[in-house]
Amino acid sequence: MSSDNDDVARRDFLMVAAGSVAGVGGACALWPLIDQMNPDASAKALASIEVDLSPIKDGQAITIMWRGKPIFIRKRTADDIKAAQEIPVSDLPDPEADTDRVQNDEWLVLIGICTHLGCIPRGQAAGDVHGDFGGWFCPCHGSHYDTSGRIRKGPAPKNLAVPPYKFLTDTKIKIG
Amino acid sequence: MSDHSSTYEPTNGFTRWLDERLPIMRLMHGQFIDFPTPRNLNYLWTFGAILTFCLAIQLITGIVLAMHFIPHGDFAFASVEHIMRDVNWGDLIRYTHFVGASMFFLAAYIHMFRGLYFGSYKSPREIIWILGVLIILCMIITAFMGYSLVWGQMSFWAVTVITNLFTAIPIVGESITQWIWGGYSVGDPTLNRLFSLHYLFPFIIVALVALHIWALHVVGSNNPTGVEPKTENDSVSFYPYYVIKDSFATMVFALLFAWFVFYAPNYLGHSDNFIEANPLQTPPHIVPEWYFLPFYAILRAIPDKLLGVVTMMAAICVLFIIPWLDTSKIRSTRYRPLLKPFFWLFVITCLVLGYCGAKSPDYRFVEMADTQKYTSKAAAVSAKEEILSKNKHADLEIIESINSKEITYDLKNTKFKLTNQVLSLLLTFYYFAFFFAIMPIVGLIETPHKLPGSIAESVLGKSSADKAQ
Repeated sequence: MSSDNDDVARRDFLMVAAGSVAGVGGACALWPLIDQMNPDASAKALASIEVDLSPIKDGQAITIMWRGKPIFIRKRTADDIKAAQEIPVSDLPDPEADTDRVQNDEWLVLIGICTHLGCIPRGQAAGDVHGDFGGWFCPCHGSHYDTSGRIRKGPAPKNLAVPPYKFLTDTKIKIG
Repeated sequence: MSDHSSTYEPTNGFTRWLDERLPIMRLMHGQFIDFPTPRNLNYLWTFGAILTFCLAIQLITGIVLAMHFIPHGDFAFASVEHIMRDVNWGDLIRYTHFVGASMFFLAAYIHMFRGLYFGSYKSPREIIWILGVLIILCMIITAFMGYSLVWGQMSFWAVTVITNLFTAIPIVGESITQWIWGGYSVGDPTLNRLFSLHYLFPFIIVALVALHIWALHVVGSNNPTGVEPKTENDSVSFYPYYVIKDSFATMVFALLFAWFVFYAPNYLGHSDNFIEANPLQTPPHIVPEWYFLPFYAILRAIPDKLLGVVTMMAAICVLFIIPWLDTSKIRSTRYRPLLKPFFWLFVITCLVLGYCGAKSPDYRFVEMADTQKYTSKAAAVSAKEEILSKNKHADLEIIESINSKEITYDLKNTKFKLTNQVLSLLLTFYYFAFFFAIMPIVGLIETPHKLPGSIAESVLGKSSADKAQ
């Protein structure tokens, strides 16, 4: 024999249990519909690329594509390196020493995407504007990057990112 | 208003049969034929009908365009050109859709400023206003997604910049952005989903518009005096009076629309969008379509990325809460002498913000500078250092110019400048001050003008209104 009180508790339990099952089930069913938008297997298949650096002369820069993103590779001049290393790290908006950003002082390898809103900064071609700090200038919202690809002025919050790469020989790198 | 009973009388056997099963004719008759509407509505009140017209145009042309468009990174740009060149009437249909977006926003902005001026957001019309803000939000999203489908340079970089706004979100920003992209940068999967959603959103807008009109028909239209209708003498039936007035205004608006479509279809666009999307090159000067320029200026005015994005979102979302920010009981700004100048300054602020959005970030609106010419760089540099030694805050710049024979060095000493950044920031400040400071404070300290006793009195004068009673 169950009293009225027992009956109420039983109903409550059934309501909560049914609601939970429906809620969890709904959430589980929703997940594939959300996750289908994430980068798929073909996009994730991370292709690494090898780049021959030997044709690049002092002060020259090249742009190559990696994972759909432009990679800037610049052979820095002695002046570029000096400018990048001279500035005290504490004066920078996103403090990072130049030596932490390169594996070899001469070669600067960067993901060429402005950290503000994703435009491609100018400064790769010889005739381009290089901004106030001799590196790159983003035309979209006016961010200036220095010869280490670090943000110096403008709305971008971070330095240009450095992709994973390693030197295979003195004149060949592998990105990715 | 909703309690007025429909005078619908079924006239034949079929309509009588239908009326007993689905009284849709009765509903339409009650809402759009003999619906009582304030007798004093001016032409600013015709923009509801004009907007419905715009929405219909976008839906019809859009569905047709989707029959020819290919949402794939390799083919989208070419398929748009195919529509323009090969598809029968394709250029007309596409230009109508393209210009239609601008016309839609033009009408929507006028409609919103009308609501703002005449206090149409105040009790009991808060829900109508909030639904309206939701509609403009959906319009912004839809227009942005539609613009991306052309897959030209401006399309591609607009998508890049706007989707990158999400990277400003701390911690999860990067994952959300990649989820939106379906990859590690804007690409084919992004285009495909934008197409899918661009087709979906107009139907969400249709649903919101239905709710907007429903809510409007519960409490009835506001009017230029802001005084609620009190007697039958204050209202006229929707048909024929406002059906004719709205139709006439829609036709005048359609003339402007047609002028753009036939004579200047690309006037409101950008030539860069005739270049196919290139992920390796950002156009030298990227700007959104004109209807987003004020928001773009607000985004750029704030030097911090996250704060800029938040401010831009807030510029739209603040509209949701203005029914509670405005402390005045008087609806119409006609009777609010203190608010009136602030309102017009707000309108000018929005327009100038649009102008700021179109200019590059370091554009100088005002500049006062002395320029000295030098023939060698060394001389210019030493002169620069001399000035700096006297005044270390001097704003100096050496500009190299190459003539046919010689190189000259101009030392520019800027004494005063008003940059786009500074002006945008000042205007952004006013934009928010209008809602958060002026609206609440003016309502408390203002002495409004005397309101007319009734709508009829405002139209006919007091004595005739009494006679007509």
